Amino acid sequence: MKALIALEDGTIFEGESFTGSGEISGEIVFNTSMTGYQEILTDPSYKGQIVTMTYPLIGNYGINQEDIESRHVQVEGFIVHEYQPFYSNWRANMSLAQYLKENKVLSVEGVDTRALTRHLRLKGAMKGVISTLDLDPVRLVKKAINTPSLVGRDLVREVTWPKPYYWKDGPVEEPHPVPMKPYRVVALDLGVKFNILRLLEKECTVLVLPAHTSATKILSLNPDGIFLSNGPGDPAGVGYVVETVRRLIGKKPIFGICLGHQILGLALGGKTFKLKFGHRGANQPVKNLLSGRVEITAQNHGFCVDFDSLDQEAVELTHLNLNDNTCEGIRHRHLPVFGVQYHPENSPGPHDASYLFDQFFELMKKHKIRG
Amino acid sequence: MPRRNDLQKILIIGSGPIIIGQACEFDYSGTQACKALCEEGFEVVLVNSNPATIMTDPEMADRTYLEPITPEVVAKVIEKERPDALLPTLGGQTALNTAVKVAEKGVLEDFGVEMIGASPQVIYKAEDRELFRAAMQNIGLRVPKSGIARDLAQARQIAQEIGFPLIIRPSFTLGGTGGGVAYSRMDLDLLVAQGLDRSLIREVMLEESVIGWKEYELEVMRDKKDNVVIICSIENFDPMGIHTGDSITVAPAQTLTDKEYQLMRDAAMAIIREIGVETGGSNIQFAVNPENGEMVVIEMNPRVSRSSALASKVTGFPIAKIAAKLAVGYYLDELPNDITKETRASFEPTIDYCVVKIPRWTFEKFPDTEDLITTSMKSVGEVMAIGRTFKEALQKGLRSLEIGCFGLDTGWLNDVLPSREEIEKNLLTPNSKRIFYLGAAFKAGFKCQEIYALTKIDPWFLQQVKQVIDLEQEIAGQKPLPLERLKKAKKYGFSDRQLSTLTKKAEEEIRDERKSAGLHPVYKLVDTCAAEFEAYTPYYYSTYEVEDEVRVDPTNKKKVVILGSGPNRIGQGIEFDYCCVHASLALREEGYTSIMVNSNPETVSTDYDISDRLYFEPLTLEDVLHIVEKEKPLGVIVQFGGQTPLNLTVPLHKVGVPILGTSPDSVDRAEDRKRFQVLLKKLGLSQPPNGTAVNLKEAIQVAQQIGYPVMVRPSYVLGGRAMRIIYDAADLKTYITSAVLVSGEHPVLIDKFLEDAIEVDVDAISDGKTIVIGGIMEHIEEAGIHSGDSACVLPPHTLKPEVCAQIKESTRALAKELGVIGLMNIQYAVKNERIYVLEVNPRASRTIPFISKATGIPLAKLATKVMLGKSLKEMGLTSEKEITHMAIKESVFPFDRFPGVDILLGPEMKSTGEVMGIDASFGLAFAKSQLAAGQMLPAAGNVLLSVRDHDKPALCTVAEKFHQMGFDILATRGTAAFLNQKGIPAKIILKVSEGRPHVVDCIKNGDIQMVVNTSLGKRRTQDSYLIRRACVEYHLPYATTIASAYAMAQGIAAIRHNQLTVKTIQEYTS
Repeated sequence: MKALIALEDGTIFEGESFTGSGEISGEIVFNTSMTGYQEILTDPSYKGQIVTMTYPLIGNYGINQEDIESRHVQVEGFIVHEYQPFYSNWRANMSLAQYLKENKVLSVEGVDTRALTRHLRLKGAMKGVISTLDLDPVRLVKKAINTPSLVGRDLVREVTWPKPYYWKDGPVEEPHPVPMKPYRVVALDLGVKFNILRLLEKECTVLVLPAHTSATKILSLNPDGIFLSNGPGDPAGVGYVVETVRRLIGKKPIFGICLGHQILGLALGGKTFKLKFGHRGANQPVKNLLSGRVEITAQNHGFCVDFDSLDQEAVELTHLNLNDNTCEGIRHRHLPVFGVQYHPENSPGPHDASYLFDQFFELMKKHKIRG
Repeated sequence: MPRRNDLQKILIIGSGPIIIGQACEFDYSGTQACKALCEEGFEVVLVNSNPATIMTDPEMADRTYLEPITPEVVAKVIEKERPDALLPTLGGQTALNTAVKVAEKGVLEDFGVEMIGASPQVIYKAEDRELFRAAMQNIGLRVPKSGIARDLAQARQIAQEIGFPLIIRPSFTLGGTGGGVAYSRMDLDLLVAQGLDRSLIREVMLEESVIGWKEYELEVMRDKKDNVVIICSIENFDPMGIHTGDSITVAPAQTLTDKEYQLMRDAAMAIIREIGVETGGSNIQFAVNPENGEMVVIEMNPRVSRSSALASKVTGFPIAKIAAKLAVGYYLDELPNDITKETRASFEPTIDYCVVKIPRWTFEKFPDTEDLITTSMKSVGEVMAIGRTFKEALQKGLRSLEIGCFGLDTGWLNDVLPSREEIEKNLLTPNSKRIFYLGAAFKAGFKCQEIYALTKIDPWFLQQVKQVIDLEQEIAGQKPLPLERLKKAKKYGFSDRQLSTLTKKAEEEIRDERKSAGLHPVYKLVDTCAAEFEAYTPYYYSTYEVEDEVRVDPTNKKKVVILGSGPNRIGQGIEFDYCCVHASLALREEGYTSIMVNSNPETVSTDYDISDRLYFEPLTLEDVLHIVEKEKPLGVIVQFGGQTPLNLTVPLHKVGVPILGTSPDSVDRAEDRKRFQVLLKKLGLSQPPNGTAVNLKEAIQVAQQIGYPVMVRPSYVLGGRAMRIIYDAADLKTYITSAVLVSGEHPVLIDKFLEDAIEVDVDAISDGKTIVIGGIMEHIEEAGIHSGDSACVLPPHTLKPEVCAQIKESTRALAKELGVIGLMNIQYAVKNERIYVLEVNPRASRTIPFISKATGIPLAKLATKVMLGKSLKEMGLTSEKEITHMAIKESVFPFDRFPGVDILLGPEMKSTGEVMGIDASFGLAFAKSQLAAGQMLPAAGNVLLSVRDHDKPALCTVAEKFHQMGFDILATRGTAAFLNQKGIPAKIILKVSEGRPHVVDCIKNGDIQMVVNTSLGKRRTQDSYLIRRACVEYHLPYATTIASAYAMAQGIAAIRHNQLTVKTIQEYTS
């Protein structure tokens, strides 16, 4: 079924839907990971976005039951060069198309995705519409223009789970049974990826709380540490979370990832800005300025902490992106607070930075002893 | 850490001659390393015996030793040069093994040389099976279980530990023969007994069977700060059980989820750390059980490899260059990514296309060996193709092979499909044509599941093949071809030629239809980053998409396209790539934009910084025309890439593409038999008497007329090349009736064979006015042995000056008459001081790099400039360069890879590579050439002589010489009788058919140090064949012609009297 992709700047790309008819809109972004489409599709940080894969063959290994990062598909739309209807992998139990159809996500193949990617690189991320229902380019471009922008928008409330839950091999409603883990962690769900919870679970009893939970409520639980998760959109759109975090800083060890890191930056008095086309992929080199070593990291962010806007007496730059020298990690010089812009929980992506979870455990340990 | 300033001088070891398993990828990596280290201001010393490499060009290193790569010679170089460091990881297994032996001799310690990149300990740990297994256990990884058995009882015990099925491999057999898979105790007993018998050391290895598992490779890099990155993942189309060099491989991995890929990545990082490779690249192979994802480690190469060359071309990331820089201290994040400029080398390339590598075999050259693909590599070359779909890349790759298939084109139409049995057999037993049988299987209605059961090729790949076949069937049944289907076909990689066969239209018609519909390919960039950053290196591939990225400057009129030589094969290898690289460099020196087209990932010519633009494309008319139409160059250079571009000359010329240099008509005059005869007659030159025949009767008549022996060859070849020397009518009858297809359209060509003539190769350069002889090379072996296979010496050592003068004169006359602009090669035969012209090729020959190295004259570069209109006079070359040293080219053969093949030489070329020996005298130069080719000439001991009657008189001098040097002579009955009669003492030794202990027993027992065996024709006598085969299996130096035996005797005499010394090529030619 023929589909058109219209960008807000008037550019049109043609393709074929492989998931039936429909029309959707969102910010169009590209991801350069060659593997991990299932994790990407289910990553809540992609709320409000249409994802283009730069690797041209997608669907090769089908869909399995384990590699999910949230309860359902989160992307608004999906664009690939050649969809692979025949999959092969010992864990696969359905095709990608079937999965997308079940989740009602409009997906298009046959697109010159490299041209689309180059366009976004040169012109910056932009809003777009995909449709099989309306094939009039002029109308579609107008729709693209009228699509709400991500800037200043609160997408977190669309992805945060409305009720608290515990994590044990998956979300569970009941309090965590024995055996007790060394630490008790509260994770603020701004659109958390399951793999973060899986990694925290190794050493922690994890209680996941909705994004709007108050600082008082969190502190009343007396956790050993607080985790600020990844999530979609503009950190400036979630002032209420920034406010909460401001009240938590200094009280308990805090670790933030991605949106959580940006919120830390804002709560510490800094600013954030939108990157031209963002970092989305599994090959981004980040230098750990404390060790001097380079980590290959998974990334997915369109906004970034402006390190210069922070009080450098109080906050230290710990990680630097080697491609564009943007801020990838900060820590407070005196308080138990640190965060990274990228995804040490990977999934998809390399495991180079999983040591950050150990750092969080260490920090909690230190504080527990001191406390 | 920046550059290490405690090092000044670094020694690099190259990989020597091109052999199966070690081809020009190591020239690519070595060249990059030399450039990288020179760029950093190090003094680079290089040892490599292969003159056809770019790395041995005098400008590439400060001091270049074109000397044999043996521990002794390398030790001499170290003693002379006193380098601070030795970098052994860029010259393949040869460099690694040699470096380890040099270290073991204590030479490095004695002269304070540090081994950088990988230490001997690292190399042992990676290569010793037991050490490697223990290392893997340390980090919680598994290798397939295995054990060594020397008798049946041991084998049974090991089998119990491993469990069935298991693989039995005899140690030290040729080409991995004699092994098998045991599914039961009974199989085990049988195979072990067989294996012990076949093994040269009565030993078999038993190994857990992972045959049929999925095979993967990762290319890993590490720096001194322990930063590790994965450059590329590769998935083998063919499962475990087939050598990766013989597998179709695909990049990136296609059927792993991210979870599985990351586990493999973690394992690779743990392995490079555990083995301890401090800096540089490594290649790690894994097998994955398709049923449950279980992963085992197969092996690790602690050096750059064939796969790292492929990974470099796949991603654009220059692994060898970066490895060299890491070895001298740099960290990955200190090095720029050349392609994007603004980002660093410390990242992992991501690609937005699919790459397929396909091996190229030459079984047709060895009809006595079975077309079987196993764990021992047999292919001599490979192609790589890039597409936006797997199907496109696969089909582009298949037509790049230049084997007469223009895609997944089985040549089998529906009505003539092979039988089900034949298909099944060819799917079950891997062979060079299996990919085409996959196509046939789908056409014959096989189900994917059935094919999987037979091949264990992952169903994902099978489905891709099926999609191609399905579309082919749709197209074949339809006329006219609708535009949408044509578009789809192009996206699936179908060539116009394939479509023309399917629709029964001419290729031009398809082309015109396509053009009028505006359907043409676009070019996309290989940029390491999937378009995330701007790329500055113009490295392109074609595909059928929307956006074209190629930056063609239409106002630039100074653009020249060079057509490369495609996949390496016997007869067309690195020598032609060397010429193409020189052409590109010369164009750039002259201010022209050089545009390279090639499909061979192993080469220097496909390095992104050799040319101004690189098109990684098949060398077919369609693909080349697209580039020409896009670029609109001043002209195309076809004379450097061997037969591949030459075959395109006429079709390109026909459609109006300007050809630079010698005109296509001149090429035709030299190639067309009739026109060539007229040409020679006009110049008063002779050629051996000859004729053509369209049937047996005529053939016998022609042969009788010109007299036996005759050289015969078909004008049209089915499978084999089938050129042969025939001694009588009976032989001719067999040949005509069984070996070739002869018809009115395809006559057989018959030439008088000049027995005992000396063959001479001449290379010359001409600008149309001035003609300069590059060099006259006298062959060691007599005429009748392919010029690519015989050793040759420059300058001629036995030809009289008058003969040489006559040769030069004829060469000039031919160049002038043909209007040669550029290079020309002529083969002559000299008999009784009379000169016969055998062949004229108005193009670069295989010997150009050899002459250039021996004389210091860069003939290919000069020829390129001549084609651009410069005169030789302007460039200061007006006369031949006389050299005072001797340079010998010796050929290297793949006989040990092909069980059952006779090692006799003939008119069919069989060698894969060459070495050069250079020294002051013939004897020393020849001895070096033998050493470099792996023939360890003995200084004393027993020499076996066994020759045909015809050669007996000539044998006397040889035997005399060995006798004088103190060798004991053993000879078979006839030869011994003859020698004794001539007063040369020779002891009789029994032939195999004469009882035991026979000659092969003596060889096995180490009682013979060298063998001279000549024989008439092919495998005429089993006895003589068994002697020759034993030489290969026991690595004895041997000669199969009297001429080469005599040369070897001279070489032995030289090394008995003189110590071998080493000298740089810069000193020889300055």
